[in-house]
Amino acid sequence: MSTLTTNYLAPTGREEAWRFTPLSRVGGLLDATTAIEGIASVRITSNQPQVKLTVKSAQNLPAISISDDLATIRAREVISEVTHIEVAANAQLSEPLIMERAGLSGKPQASRTLISCGLNSHATIILNNAGDAILADEIEFDLAPGSNLTFISLQEWSAKAVHLSRQHAVISKDATFNSIVITVGGSLVRLLPTVEYSGPGSSADLQGLYFATDGQHLEHRLHVNHNVPNAKSRVNYKGALAGDKAHTVWIGDVYIRANAEGTDTYELNRNLLLSDGARADSVPNLEIETGEIVGAGHASTTGRFDDEQLFYLSSRGIPAEIARRLVIRGFFAEIVGKINNEEIENRLMDRIDSELAKVEA
Amino acid sequence: MSTLDIKGLQVSVATEAGFTEILRGVDLTIKSGETHAIMGPNGSGKSTLAYSIAGHPKYTITGGSVTLDGADVLAMSVDERARAGLFLAMQYPVEVPGVSVTNFLRTAATAIRGEAPKVRTWVGEVKEAMKALNMDPNFAERNVNEGFSGGEKKRHEILQLELLKPKFAILDETDSGLDVDALRIVSEGVNRIKGNSDLGILLITHYTRILRYIKPDFVHVFAAGKIVEAGGPELADKLEEKGYAEYTTA
Repeated sequence: MSTLTTNYLAPTGREEAWRFTPLSRVGGLLDATTAIEGIASVRITSNQPQVKLTVKSAQNLPAISISDDLATIRAREVISEVTHIEVAANAQLSEPLIMERAGLSGKPQASRTLISCGLNSHATIILNNAGDAILADEIEFDLAPGSNLTFISLQEWSAKAVHLSRQHAVISKDATFNSIVITVGGSLVRLLPTVEYSGPGSSADLQGLYFATDGQHLEHRLHVNHNVPNAKSRVNYKGALAGDKAHTVWIGDVYIRANAEGTDTYELNRNLLLSDGARADSVPNLEIETGEIVGAGHASTTGRFDDEQLFYLSSRGIPAEIARRLVIRGFFAEIVGKINNEEIENRLMDRIDSELAKVEA
Repeated sequence: MSTLDIKGLQVSVATEAGFTEILRGVDLTIKSGETHAIMGPNGSGKSTLAYSIAGHPKYTITGGSVTLDGADVLAMSVDERARAGLFLAMQYPVEVPGVSVTNFLRTAATAIRGEAPKVRTWVGEVKEAMKALNMDPNFAERNVNEGFSGGEKKRHEILQLELLKPKFAILDETDSGLDVDALRIVSEGVNRIKGNSDLGILLITHYTRILRYIKPDFVHVFAAGKIVEAGGPELADKLEEKGYAEYTTA
């Protein structure tokens, strides 16, 4: 992919892929003249014997997928080392592997990571993204046949962080990729959970939650490429927005190629607007090149608080602000519950509560 | 001894055509331990009375007063009314996705009682109340009203009545959508709660069926937004026989 270096052209904002993003706020990550430091930014905090982390030369570990995302192209261009995380074949991780970022300076940086899941392995990996960052970031997932990976990406960044990220999975025969993306922090987060398949019987379940308050721009662009027969995908993203100029963008592109007979896909995005001045863009897009499929559907809703729910709770003596909190927690419960880790679930819900309280104050 | 006093209550609702007056001067006084039945044809404003007392934002009070032991109920927010001792068992209880019955009940009990109930006694209290209403213990883990059958929704309302222990309960068409068995269980629940407390009840219904199980002390006929006749239980018998025709054609 390094051949693309000379083809790099910064986006103008008129491109379909960048039309929602406030380019003035990306911290120079998309500017060809900005000095961007390449770093190996991921480290494991809870060691598991069946998982190995090595930092390798980018030349020895090229990208496993093609990307036309400019932030990814830029990241690939500047990094010289790649973090390689390997889950051993047949490994059955009983505890989740916890990873965090290291070496983030708050100045423009780029990072690439490859997570390889061995044959018939079964693992959950949690990545904590916290603190200050201006980061162009790519994580690829290489799922061997029969493997099962749950990857939980938590964006609990500081209020000024900028994070442009691509999380791309290549799912082979009978492998399952579960992605849970939770974005509550950051000034600007633009995250691309994308999936392609390399064998039949493969499955992707992409779930997400985002909560944007005053001035935050949280963008999630999903892309599922059904390029093999008999693969499955589910997408379910839920967002809430509160406060002036909170902006979220959700794009859900699902392509069912001519050879992808037996595809079963459904994608859903729901947004809850909690105050005036917030804006949620939601664009589901389904392109179907074969009719020989099991099912394909999509839905998108954006609405305000259900006054009847609030009335019902209030009529039981529950004060309005607690009732609102209950409804929001309830709205997100479906996604948060999937994390399956009480400590993280409580931390996220508390953060959402406190961000909401700040907006209401 | 408490008193819920409704005087000259006038209520309008905003429609596309402008404000429409629904309640045209309702007078009614309920004391602790009394059961009042309000009966009337569809569209007479019975449910509007119930929701206006509870404080639903859809309704605009244009005249009259509602007081609870002298306190101005109409000046209170919805949650304040509940904490003052009013409870509305709704005809159509609202689904709250992602919020479990357990969490909801405990949050409500904490708000009403002013402190979180002690975990040990609370769990037993809920279990016992559910058992008395023939509710499966798994019910507590489900989301509030989500996917509940008509009977389950009404039992859940009565469960809250039992746990929140209000001074006055308004039962809005609690009998609608219930089969005979469910009606009996729900009615027995109300009678049991009343037997153990000084609860005053305002029972709103279209049919006399529920009055075979919950015996009213007073019956009021409601038509065109106000009470048009009042009497004892014998008035219900008359309605059973003759229907509402004489009130609606008048």
